[in-house]
Amino acid sequence: MSRIEAEVGKPQGGLLKWIDDRFPLTETLEYHVTKYYASKNFNWWFVFGVLAMVVLVIQLVTGIFLTMNYKPAAAEAFASVEYIMRDVEWGWLIRYMHSTGASFFFIVVYLHMFRAMLYGSYKKPRELIWLIGMMIFFVLMAEGFAGYLLPWGQMSYWGAQVIISLFGAIPWVGDALVEIIRGDYSISDITLNRFFALHVIVLPLTLIGLVFVHIVALHEVGSNNPDGIEIKKHKGPDGVPLDGVPFHPHHTSKDLVGIIVFLMIFSGVVFFAPDMGGMFLEHANFEPANMTATPEHIAPVWYYTPYYAILRAVPDKLWGFILFALAVVLPVFLPWLDRSRVRSIRYRGWIYKSALTIFVITFISLGWLGLQPATGTYVLLARVFSVLYFAFFLLMPYYTAIDKTKPVPDRVVYHG
Amino acid sequence: MVKFNKVASLLAVCACFLTTQGMAAGGGTHLEPADIRPDNIASLQRGARNFMNYCSGCHSAQYVRFNTIGKHLELSEDDLVENLMFNADKSYEAIKAAMPAQAAARWYGKAPPDLSLMARARGADYVFNFLKDFYVEEESPTGVDNLVLPGTSMPHVLWELQGYQEAVFSYHENEDGSVTTTFEGFEQVSPGLLDAEEYDDFVRDTVNFLVYISEPIRSDRRKLGVWVLMFLIFFFILATQLKKQIWKDVK
Repeated sequence: MSRIEAEVGKPQGGLLKWIDDRFPLTETLEYHVTKYYASKNFNWWFVFGVLAMVVLVIQLVTGIFLTMNYKPAAAEAFASVEYIMRDVEWGWLIRYMHSTGASFFFIVVYLHMFRAMLYGSYKKPRELIWLIGMMIFFVLMAEGFAGYLLPWGQMSYWGAQVIISLFGAIPWVGDALVEIIRGDYSISDITLNRFFALHVIVLPLTLIGLVFVHIVALHEVGSNNPDGIEIKKHKGPDGVPLDGVPFHPHHTSKDLVGIIVFLMIFSGVVFFAPDMGGMFLEHANFEPANMTATPEHIAPVWYYTPYYAILRAVPDKLWGFILFALAVVLPVFLPWLDRSRVRSIRYRGWIYKSALTIFVITFISLGWLGLQPATGTYVLLARVFSVLYFAFFLLMPYYTAIDKTKPVPDRVVYHG
Repeated sequence: MVKFNKVASLLAVCACFLTTQGMAAGGGTHLEPADIRPDNIASLQRGARNFMNYCSGCHSAQYVRFNTIGKHLELSEDDLVENLMFNADKSYEAIKAAMPAQAAARWYGKAPPDLSLMARARGADYVFNFLKDFYVEEESPTGVDNLVLPGTSMPHVLWELQGYQEAVFSYHENEDGSVTTTFEGFEQVSPGLLDAEEYDDFVRDTVNFLVYISEPIRSDRRKLGVWVLMFLIFFFILATQLKKQIWKDVK
């Protein structure tokens, strides 16, 4: 006999009970929100996951409103963006939020990934969360790339031209692959149409699905913390981790503060520097796409430039592409490359600390070099930093194994 | 340990700002700063007049409507009709070029580009210097060349105001036999209606207007931004108090 039949004729508990009998609403809310316990000693590094969700929502909502006025056709795309900027009520705000949101998505995600490297969040038992996260990152890169073609400016066109032609370096299938991606012999109206489809349907849908799975996997094993300790090892008589506080209202109220600080920085860009000096909106992209005039200097948007610098550092086209792809994919293997017994940077030795510091400098430098013309000293520097980039990952099994770790405390460090 | 985390976080957060600076620094040739006043309505009005009188014969500004200009530049419908709308009937129309684009392409070899976004694509300094740096060049079909955009097909439309100038170059032969050309300065060969300072002001007003039409909502967004930030500061204080209240029993 089901629960519903058993309780017929007993109208108690109101609407919530009526729903709970038919759908696990209270159960789900408790499991994921009010009775999901995460460590009380989170520092601000742990806010970037929530911020990534905030940016995702900003991008989805502004994106929907943009599609209401954007025309995915080579003859009209550029003008329709200007129409949004000038004639659509609040169109400029929606567009700037979307273009700024794209850059902030990457800022937040890069910092979120860096947090995982600081505190060993990818280590057992959280490898799968990391893998799903890397898939989110790949989809995000594709999403940003497809979106950048849509305004149909000079940089949209020529940036896409350069990046798509990279696939031509693959032996045997390269040329065919490039044709399949473009749907034409050059980037054209057809390419714009399919990139629009990818950008507004295929990729965002995948992104939402992966984010959902990412969170389900996280809640299965529980969040890491700055000490890299399992809080589930010490539970009270009620089964609640002693060092844990519920996600709501504790972490949500803390995240709200973080979200507001984030929105302040975000608004600072949207309202006072939407171009960000040509970084978020490149100057050349205010000229409509012209397939007969190549811009002087083609650089991808800043969030791809670390990998782009590696690509250009290699003299051979095919090997450049291989190392470029490898650089993007390598972080996937972090859970198995890292052989340290401890998770958190707090209890690691000087070797990992130095390696991570060099890696941060390397990544930023490569990002800067990817924006510069590929000449003389810049190429030399890019080669040095490329070697350092790969060395960080490939030598990791050795230096993390020999690195002297400190004793990890039994309970998390919390000063109130 | 804590110290290291602080250093690492600082490095990571600075990443985007450092790269921004690097990009902003990359400029190219030495351009004299345009030094425009985007909030000076009178300057923008003079710029609009200059644009309609000297630019709109050949160049369109196809995304810019007259009534938008009127709203931001404090011009009435009558002002627009009398002073700016030489080539339009209704104030909601955009700025068209008087010259047909196809004919222009035939006459000049290249259709004059639309100017709606020129200042945003190239920068105010670029346009400012471009309009000042025409010089006499006998071999060019237009009789002039330009220092900022060598080989430009645009004639010196503002010759009447600026007059004509010659560019003085010095040539230096390098050890490998190549010759380095250095620009030394301009020499005025015939005077214009305006002196150098007046001409600079004329060009500055025009560039100011071009910057304005490249993003007409610029001043609106900055004003709104102040309110948004003020609201967020207020919201921040509330949220901080709420967080403290909720966390007060966590030991």
